[in-house]
Amino acid sequence: MTAHQPRAESERLDEPIPTAGGGWRDTLADALAFARRRLTGDYQVDEFGYDADFTDSVLLPPLRLLFERWFRVEALGLEHLPMTGAALLVANHSGTVPIDAVMTAVAVREHHPAHRVVRVLAADLLFDLPVLGTLARRGGNTLACNPDAERLLAAGELVSVFPEGFKGVGKAWTQRYRLQRFGRGGFVSAAVQAGVPIIPVSIVGAEEIYPMIGNLKPLARALGLPYFPVTPFFPLLGPLGAVPLPSKWIIEFGEPIPTDDLPDGAADDPMVVFGLTDRVRETIQQTLYRLLLRRGHPFLG
Amino acid sequence: MAGSVVLVTGVSRFVASALAGQLARHPRVEKVIGVDAVSPDAAARARLGRAEFTRVDLRNPVVHRVIEAAGVDTVVHAAGLTPPPSARVPAGATFETTVLGTMQLLAACQRAPSVRSLIVRSTAAVYGGSTRDPAVFGEADAEVLGGAGAARDATDMEGYVRGFMRRRPDVRVAVPRLAEVVGPSVRTPFTGYFSLSPLVPVPLGRDPRLQVLHELDAVALLHRLVLGDFSGAVNVAGEGVLTLHQAVHRTGRIPVPVPLTGLRSLAAVARLVGVRNLSPAQLRDLTRPRVMDTERLHREIGFTPRMSTTEAFDDFARSLPPVLPAAAVRSAEVRLADLAGARPAPVSRPAPAGSPEGARSTRPARHLIGIDGHAPGVRRGRLTRGHSR
Repeated sequence: MTAHQPRAESERLDEPIPTAGGGWRDTLADALAFARRRLTGDYQVDEFGYDADFTDSVLLPPLRLLFERWFRVEALGLEHLPMTGAALLVANHSGTVPIDAVMTAVAVREHHPAHRVVRVLAADLLFDLPVLGTLARRGGNTLACNPDAERLLAAGELVSVFPEGFKGVGKAWTQRYRLQRFGRGGFVSAAVQAGVPIIPVSIVGAEEIYPMIGNLKPLARALGLPYFPVTPFFPLLGPLGAVPLPSKWIIEFGEPIPTDDLPDGAADDPMVVFGLTDRVRETIQQTLYRLLLRRGHPFLG
Repeated sequence: MAGSVVLVTGVSRFVASALAGQLARHPRVEKVIGVDAVSPDAAARARLGRAEFTRVDLRNPVVHRVIEAAGVDTVVHAAGLTPPPSARVPAGATFETTVLGTMQLLAACQRAPSVRSLIVRSTAAVYGGSTRDPAVFGEADAEVLGGAGAARDATDMEGYVRGFMRRRPDVRVAVPRLAEVVGPSVRTPFTGYFSLSPLVPVPLGRDPRLQVLHELDAVALLHRLVLGDFSGAVNVAGEGVLTLHQAVHRTGRIPVPVPLTGLRSLAAVARLVGVRNLSPAQLRDLTRPRVMDTERLHREIGFTPRMSTTEAFDDFARSLPPVLPAAAVRSAEVRLADLAGARPAPVSRPAPAGSPEGARSTRPARHLIGIDGHAPGVRRGRLTRGHSR
């Protein structure tokens, strides 16, 4: 233990992308250390179940590949996110499978100068699932409900929310890039309550990963799912059809909308809440049209 | 409140006996009567100290006569719903002794005009805890008509307590909702579960968050409530959380994922290998995330448990012989790294302060279990040293 000069672990944690410079031996030593930490329970989990060690070592590496190589995601406007302190990211939702939520979090974690963690508010269905629900909690995500949102915002976290919910992620191919209803504006009141800025996030590219051309409603009902997608390749090609199409993605983080200048009690004033909801929705819709022009072909580029 | 007479239930067990002994030494307390259905063993008797012991089964209305005769003004139902020690109660009788015992005790208190204060130990189980609940429970989130098993018992019991409060508005009632109490002395189904060796069954695909409370913190809190004037419900847990897998690993054991449907047969197996009070319901209870917000505990009572969840759990874990000691895992890591010619990574992790991903609500673990090898004396020292409050 004395002869070697260990590479500081903080260095490894601060570097989002492991460089090949350390060689396979350092990678192996890191992997062994990770295995040891898991076997002895030597890691920390926050009250929502976020496990930084697990996320960085297990979840992030494959997602990073998907982000960089498969979807070639371009992240714009990251300077609009605060370096510290809370903000609520509100984004459009699409793609049959909610990969857009994950990619948005990866964009911030990898490319924001402070490498911040985005805490995604996700559907209850996800947390009912045995393995995925556990992984989602370890990744720092939690149930989309106002108590959790307010708690995370009060703690100064970046929280992301997808107010379209299943209506957005499960919409038909013909409806692509058309924003669905934004719910009851619960996300707006959470942000107003906490006095944190709302940051509109526009995601282009997720619509094309699983073009949903049909919905087997009876099967969905039998399985307890909000929809059962039929894409050109799924369920036709089985597991192979479950591979997302490699569309080109752009994620733009818009200008923050401050909420701390609103009068007291604005959080449950329907006029304020609906006004802000509409403003956020309109911003995202206009940005989507602009980004679509900029992107050009959905799969090339 | 000078010269108060206190009745404490469940004194054959650690928390209640330690509480009764401490109260008996307090200048403002004239007399402490400890009751339980079974006689305390030698250790519990030693903890009781100057407190008197009366053998009373709570299900028996005779408890009323004890309260009347001594002019009891403060009743501490420290037994609460904690299941009685397994060997003494036949399987399935837990409900009778806990819920029905509580009902009898409340009835006795209601009839006794001398009673001014009532403290009823409740549990985090009142929150149910499904995957569709918020991640952290505040006191207002308790279920009124609770699901099944432990949650049902806890909500029922708190319902009876609310009924008592309506009928005796002159009595100050405090209902602390305790996380699972652990430590070197306390033995419950929860500690029994982690004592399974070498393999500990965990629910497949789930890794619920846990909170625990150190046994001495439980005693200190009840002590504070008896002498204070807080009324209402309050969550009590050590700071931070552990997950079930993590907790099993910290005891140096190996978690084995088992499908939830297999829990019934699993409990039968557990009973065969000697863990008597481990029922499928209790195993299923472990899969329920019940993380409590302890803001009210800090703000209104001014009480902060000395030990975080991790520290309290480690203190308990040290009382178990590890199957896979942390030191052995480390030496295996070093050997494997040496074989490959790599430098093994250092053991200590840097404090998460400053890093954006730092786990916010958990303190960094100060010790890796097993490696620094705490002797029992050292542990005692750690408990008493340098804690404010």
